Amino acid sequence: MLEIKNLNASIQEKNILNGLNLKIGEGEIHAIMGTNGSGKSTFSKILAGHPSYKISEGEIFFEKKNITEETPEKRSHMGIFIGFQYPVEIPGLTNEEFLRTTYNAKRKYENLSPVNPIEFFDLIKPKLEITGLNYDFLSRNVNEGFSGGEKKKNEILQMHILNPKLSVLDEIDSGLDIDALKNISTGIRDFIKNKKSLILITHYNRLLDYIKPNFVHIMYKGKIIKSGDSSLALDIENQGYNWLNPD
Amino acid sequence: MNNIKKSIVNKLVKDSSKSSFRTNISIDEFKKGIDESIIKLISEKKNEPPFMLEFRLEAFKKWKKIIEPSWAAISYPKINYQNIRYYSSPKNFYKNNQIDEKLIKTFKKLGISLEEKKTNSNLAMDIVFDSVSLTTTFKYDLAKTGIIFCSISEAIIKYPDLIKKYLGSVVPSGDNFFTALNSAIFTDGSFCYIPKNIVCPFDLSTYFRINDEESGQFERTLIIAEENSSLNYLEGCTAPKYDTNQLHAAIVELVALDNAFIKYSTVQNWYAGNEEGNGGIFNFVTKRGLCAGKNSRISWTQIETGSAITWKYPSCILSGFSSIGEFYSVAITNKYQQSDTGTKMFHLASRTKSTIISKGISLKNSKNTYRGLVKITENAKKSRNFSQCDSLLFGNNSAANTFPYIIVDNSTSKVEHEASTSKIGDDQLFYLAQRGLNEEEAINLIVGGFCKEVFLNLPLEFSIEANKLLNLKLEGAIG
Repeated sequence: MLEIKNLNASIQEKNILNGLNLKIGEGEIHAIMGTNGSGKSTFSKILAGHPSYKISEGEIFFEKKNITEETPEKRSHMGIFIGFQYPVEIPGLTNEEFLRTTYNAKRKYENLSPVNPIEFFDLIKPKLEITGLNYDFLSRNVNEGFSGGEKKKNEILQMHILNPKLSVLDEIDSGLDIDALKNISTGIRDFIKNKKSLILITHYNRLLDYIKPNFVHIMYKGKIIKSGDSSLALDIENQGYNWLNPD
Repeated sequence: MNNIKKSIVNKLVKDSSKSSFRTNISIDEFKKGIDESIIKLISEKKNEPPFMLEFRLEAFKKWKKIIEPSWAAISYPKINYQNIRYYSSPKNFYKNNQIDEKLIKTFKKLGISLEEKKTNSNLAMDIVFDSVSLTTTFKYDLAKTGIIFCSISEAIIKYPDLIKKYLGSVVPSGDNFFTALNSAIFTDGSFCYIPKNIVCPFDLSTYFRINDEESGQFERTLIIAEENSSLNYLEGCTAPKYDTNQLHAAIVELVALDNAFIKYSTVQNWYAGNEEGNGGIFNFVTKRGLCAGKNSRISWTQIETGSAITWKYPSCILSGFSSIGEFYSVAITNKYQQSDTGTKMFHLASRTKSTIISKGISLKNSKNTYRGLVKITENAKKSRNFSQCDSLLFGNNSAANTFPYIIVDNSTSKVEHEASTSKIGDDQLFYLAQRGLNEEEAINLIVGGFCKEVFLNLPLEFSIEANKLLNLKLEGAIG
């Protein structure tokens, strides 16, 4: 599904990724953990093709295609989704229009005709229920005045609508109360039923209690320094990162 | 949905390549320049009664004494007023009850049918081509309800009492340099009178077309809404592409009596000049509405996308008790366009209300200025104003200014002003790109959201098309 080979990336001469290697198969759940500033969030942006980061070395393959040079929108259409830690607000733009436009952009890429608002409503109805959102959510402006939980739910909703093959959820669990966390976990679990690949970027085990990863990676200074199964997350929880002697 | 209306706006807003052609037609024109003899000629040409010639000559005297305003945040080469042709009209365009085929074709190309039989619309239009009104559709249907909708030239002859009473009553000829010029030299325009208790069954509209390269367009519109009447008025403008600048100096006067409501919407897409900033229309327009009656309401909505220079402040004088003035504006400037636009709300009577929503979008090397005045006089007790002026910038060379002037002379009134300036954020663009939208689609969504409050105030068909127009104007906004 995804293969990253020796990826080196920088922003304004500052190295962010230093030889990152990662392989993710279909239907696998990976967790990436690490200290603050280890490059986890930036990794998700680079994977999505953020134009501010320069790739100096290495390659990214998605479904065996080299996407290192692809535009963000193309990567999105190919099936890569990033759930952002801090989703941006877009004043004046309703969620309904936003979601429908992105959905239709993907349909266009797949040579399908666009759906109209009524068809889209039928489509989005069950997804709202899964993510625990009300109908009035659709007429609100994108992320404007949303609580932390609502923003994260919105990310999960978008994931359901765009139906990607690989989702990277960046600290989707941060700032959530227990009910919101349950809601979001349910939304994620429901989604990955269909052999979806998933990368969870997180600090805590909390989320991993709900969604058990097949692999856990520890990132430090822009590369993965240790990989293991879900028990690695427990070790981190109990002992912190120092025992890994990263330096 | 009303097809013709849709297509009119659609055509209006189409890229300038569609509206930028010139009609080759033999014309009847005066020599360039302005003096008393030219003014007399125009008045004579139009068979005007003597009072009109007096009105014009008096305005001309004032014009010679007034200096051209220089306070606006716009710069342009000095206009040589003696090098402009003040009258240009297609020759014999009306023969045997038929409008010249070439003109019919011209407007067909612009998406407008001059033959009312061929439309099933509820939009009545007055069509102004250079210096003359070609035709007014549905005039006779409207007349059955007592509504008068005709060219101003016709009104001057047929309804001199109404003209004497109202022409210049809201915008006096000596108001400013351009109103004096217009009052001296105006060649045509629209006149509309809605009698008491009538809700106008048609939307009324004027379509302005400048064709001639050397002539200016100086039209004026006068709309009177009697007690308890209401009217929806739409205005659209296009012009061909020329490397030279053409002057458009118009006046629009609205009068609303007790409980009357006038909604005046404009989609202005005059030619804006080329990539280097050559050519384009100089648009110096004075629009003002008088809410004379109690509970009367005047609402201006404008989508300003064209012209090299825009100098325009649609205003409301709220002299009726509890009257309402509104101004909703989207002004988008691109390339080397300069726009200085806004509104003035004069609260003269008590419990008057005004709302101002202005959205300015500046791209490339353009300059976009909001300039507004809210004046609440001592007598306007318990009045209210709400203003919101937002600017959106693209790129590093565009500029946005906001100059709100607020004067409140009593202590029982309330004024709120909000303003913001933002740049389209890279974060927003990346977020939308990650969701599969390319830059253009992303910008369209962001700008559409930015302008939504104003679009919601447009007549439905206009609002859909206005969005399309914005999208066209935003093409290649970045990079």
